[in-house]
Amino acid sequence: MLNVGKIENGVVLDHIQAGKSMLIYHYLGLDQLDYPVAIIKNARSEAMGRKDILKIECDVDKLNLDAVAFMDPNVTVNIIRDGELTEKKALPLPRELRNVIKCHNPRCISSIEQELPQIFYLSDGPKKLYRCRYCDERYTESESERWFR
Amino acid sequence: MRHLLTPLDFSVGELEQLFDLATAIEQDRPRYAHACDGRILATLFYEPSTRTRLSFESAMLSLGGQVLGFAGADNSSASKGESVADTIRTVSCFADIAAMRHPKEGAAMVAATYATIPVINAGDGGHQHPTQTLTDLHTIRSLKGRLCDFTIGLCGDLKFGRTVHSLINAMSRYDDIRFVFISPPELRVPDYITEMLTEKGIPYTECIKLDDVIGDLDLLYMTRVQRERFFNEEDYVRLKDFYVLNRRLMKQAREDMYVLHPLPRVNEISVKVDPDPRAAYFRQVQYGKYARMALILTLLGIEA
Repeated sequence: MLNVGKIENGVVLDHIQAGKSMLIYHYLGLDQLDYPVAIIKNARSEAMGRKDILKIECDVDKLNLDAVAFMDPNVTVNIIRDGELTEKKALPLPRELRNVIKCHNPRCISSIEQELPQIFYLSDGPKKLYRCRYCDERYTESESERWFR
Repeated sequence: MRHLLTPLDFSVGELEQLFDLATAIEQDRPRYAHACDGRILATLFYEPSTRTRLSFESAMLSLGGQVLGFAGADNSSASKGESVADTIRTVSCFADIAAMRHPKEGAAMVAATYATIPVINAGDGGHQHPTQTLTDLHTIRSLKGRLCDFTIGLCGDLKFGRTVHSLINAMSRYDDIRFVFISPPELRVPDYITEMLTEKGIPYTECIKLDDVIGDLDLLYMTRVQRERFFNEEDYVRLKDFYVLNRRLMKQAREDMYVLHPLPRVNEISVKVDPDPRAAYFRQVQYGKYARMALILTLLGIEA
């Protein structure tokens, strides 16, 4: 059993689907930031069998968690202050994804127009379905890894 | 600022006002002949179009306004690599309103984001063509006097035809609409459309033979099978003449069943049907012009 120490102040992203932690790590830009980060892969989980966990020592407000829900809707966010769990929450699906995924429809204007933000809107919450703001091409969480920028 | 990018941008109530205005224009052309004096419409057509562009230009000229623009990307700065965003920012300095057709889906949405004038989507690839939908709705309303309680048959290419998808979406907002989808199996209406109808509780049936259902219809919307949608010529040749509406079929139809078609027609409606008073597709072109006149006035906020 691998043990990773507690963090005093920061955020724990728990119940990440096994194998997705590095995707979320890169999306959050943690490779560019100086915060201490523990990446735990393939931890044992009663509910999930295996799961990934990210422990990040930073203020939650410094992280853009919007699209984490799109990448993995089962992630829970634990906020730790002075070594205590002060808040535990699931992430709602964001109404809009901006510059998170890229439209791959070759007929979409975003395929040729320079510097156009890649914007997707939540079209069907229960189905976790997003559509490109420009061409309405559909994108779902289950295929999300294919579409990341 | 108001734009028209998709057929559902206007509420049912707003459409009623727009169609009332289109009818008022039709009935009193002189009253509106100078409504747009001093105003300029830019027609930005990055791909060929005869009917839509001329309809917009005719609409603006009939309102007393003027028109500038280009027809074909080769004649515009797009051939030099200019973005849609930059083009519309420039055109915003020259015109009061713009109608744009572009081969890429969402191009008009991008234009509207950067424009300082109202933008009308005059077709963005296979995505949306809202003024065709306004044309269709205004035609139906003018011919039938209402936009509810119909059995409407849509026949031909129901898979790729954007006008059909937009019309179904638009008509599904009205009460007591029943759809009959008539197509070869290869060109069936997409699942997301039938799922939407099921969710809304709107009845529809699907069939292959027009003969079987034509007697049940209040309206028949014919469409062309488009060559450019097919990957191989063999499939196109096999399907292009799958339906031909002729005088024999028209005899089976009701006396008040109007035939609509977004045009251009190829073989799917025999020219022998043209004299039939129920053949409404050329009147549809005229109604389209009035609908576009009403749209220009509405987006410019002009009350004549």
